[in-house]
Amino acid sequence: MAKNNLAYVRTEIVPESPAPNLSKGILGWMKNNLFSSISNTIMTILGALFLMWVLPPIYGFLFGNAVWPGEGVTVEDCRAKGAGACWAYIDDRMTFFIYGFFPKDAYWVTQEGFIASIMQYWRVNAVFAVGTLLIVPLMWPDLKYKLLNSILFFVVYPVFVFYMLTGGVFGLEEVPTVKWGGLTVTLIIGLVGIVVSLPLGIILALGRQSKMPIIKSFCIMFIEVWRAVPLITVLFMASVMLPLFMPVGMTIDKLLRALVGVSLFSAAYMAEVVRGGLQALPKGQSEAAASLGLNYWKSMGFIILPQALKHVIPGIVNSFIALFKDTSLVAIVGIFDLLRATQIANLNLDWASKNQAISGYIFAAAIFWLFCFGMSRYSIMMERRLDTGHKN
Amino acid sequence: MTKQTQTAVKKPTAVDENADVAIEIIGMNKWFGDFHVLRDIDLKVMKGERIVIAGPSGSGKSTLIRCINRLEEHQQGQIIVDGTELTSDIKKIDEVRREVGMVFQHFNLFPHLSILENCTLAPIWVRGVPKAEAEETAMHYLERVKIPEQALKYPGQLSGGQQQRVAIARSLCMNPQIMLFDEPTSALDPEMIKEVLDVMVSLAEDGMTMLVVTHEMGFARQVANQVVFMDQGQIVEQNNPEDFFSNPQHERTKEFLSQILH
Ligand SMILES: Nc1ncnc2c1ncn2[C@@H]1O[C@H](COP(=O)(O)OP(=O)(O)O)[C@@H](O)[C@H]1O
Ligand SMILES: [Mg+2]
Repeated sequence: MAKNNLAYVRTEIVPESPAPNLSKGILGWMKNNLFSSISNTIMTILGALFLMWVLPPIYGFLFGNAVWPGEGVTVEDCRAKGAGACWAYIDDRMTFFIYGFFPKDAYWVTQEGFIASIMQYWRVNAVFAVGTLLIVPLMWPDLKYKLLNSILFFVVYPVFVFYMLTGGVFGLEEVPTVKWGGLTVTLIIGLVGIVVSLPLGIILALGRQSKMPIIKSFCIMFIEVWRAVPLITVLFMASVMLPLFMPVGMTIDKLLRALVGVSLFSAAYMAEVVRGGLQALPKGQSEAAASLGLNYWKSMGFIILPQALKHVIPGIVNSFIALFKDTSLVAIVGIFDLLRATQIANLNLDWASKNQAISGYIFAAAIFWLFCFGMSRYSIMMERRLDTGHKN
Repeated sequence: MTKQTQTAVKKPTAVDENADVAIEIIGMNKWFGDFHVLRDIDLKVMKGERIVIAGPSGSGKSTLIRCINRLEEHQQGQIIVDGTELTSDIKKIDEVRREVGMVFQHFNLFPHLSILENCTLAPIWVRGVPKAEAEETAMHYLERVKIPEQALKYPGQLSGGQQQRVAIARSLCMNPQIMLFDEPTSALDPEMIKEVLDVMVSLAEDGMTMLVVTHEMGFARQVANQVVFMDQGQIVEQNNPEDFFSNPQHERTKEFLSQILH
């Protein structure tokens, strides 16, 4: 270059080169993340010692010393000294955890040319099976026939479940809801709550932004009242107070009351989550929709809600998870959900042993965790799928 | 203020007498709360005319053109678009919006829809056009704005200039009689302004009725029949481009032009 450094013209193009590889394999990663400094190294060692201290006993309790179901395994094994979790008890009472006091029903099968009746929980099982068959393709993003699938799931399926479980038609034995129980009831309350609270929450959120004062103030009042009351209070009111105001002789099913209570309660929360999403959208979106001639509902359905809901998927799923766990509160008003079933089963003297109760609770917790974790993972997957790049 | 209104020069240029009126605004006033944002606006736009609206920031240009498709509501006077007077009647508003396309400063594409879906949504759901036909039309206009190859991408993957051209195509797919542009190039990097202006020029050449808020004075000289200058919510001067630029009458116009043209 000449003595004048200001003028400069590039003569060759710098070729593209790969990014420097900072983490070389597992050792490099450990060096960078675990032993990058003295304090970090000390923390790593302390952490490792802590894990070595707590993990083996936990493992021993849950797996190593646990009593697994099998031939000749009895309650004596669970009472033995040093026995861990009593999984044999869970296995033995599994039907109770899942079906509660639901009666076994006869159904007819052909066995080598004869027709025989078999006692089973086939009605509940059919509800589970059909539900799974409908919900899996509904949530599977790439499958077609979503409209048909939705109609089947949201309209036909509830009717099917109702008649299948309550019975009293087609020769099915009538089963009052007080006999329903266990995981079945937990799933019913959770699913109904989820399916009702989202659309209701959306309507409430839209109503809250309405220009019509009556609709607007009704929605605000509804949301604020339900949010200000603890769910337990709602459930107590529904089960204790409501009957007092009812005309003599008229009753509303206890489970139904709890379903309504839980759904409305979550809808109020959902409404605020959805409102957050609506407010996060730039005004230009609805203006563009309006300028193209889309009316309010089309603009909401095609432009505003898909984006607003996408933005608040984490909040929505958060509400779903909270709702699913809160279903266990219905035990307080005498509804027999999974947690209540666990409590009752834990009192069973046939399996009385030191770790009976804790095994039951671990099992119940694991079931709750499984469903909540599933929802969480599903929402993360959907967020990724729906991400179409930069926001506008 | 009164002095300004008195000295305001309004000199509508002669237009073909047979041409029909596309937009007529008579004695229109608008307030935002107590703020008198548009004052005594009178404007007549013939079919096929191209009007450029200029003026300092905050003078009410956006508000004026947003009143024409009722994104803003006026409180006094009349706005008649293609023979339909805008009132609070939702049906009439929808009718007008179907005939009036709008292009925004910030594009306002729908980020969750592909480019093609952006262009076909309104024709399908507002006009009831069959999907295949809507897609054909959309591809036609995307070719016209020179980005057919981006049809399956999402807005977030396009440059600003490309997004604005899609926004124009999206409006055109509704087959509007009138197009409103609110500073369509103000949010663009300099090298992208031309590609958008080129599309607008070609629209003008095809005889589209256009109302364009812009500071691109070159564009105004090239395609406008009339330039409308606004200040403080009023039309201060209105003239054909040659006279407007070479012989501005009002003080504010002169000041504005000296700032913008150097
Ligand atoms: N929604 C609104 N509410 C209150 N004031 C507004 C609103 N929109 C615009 N204004 C005010 O009206 C005036 C004109 O705005 P605008 O039409 O956007 O001007 P321009 O487009 O000429 O820059 C500005 O002073 C602005 O602050
Ligand atoms: Mg503006």
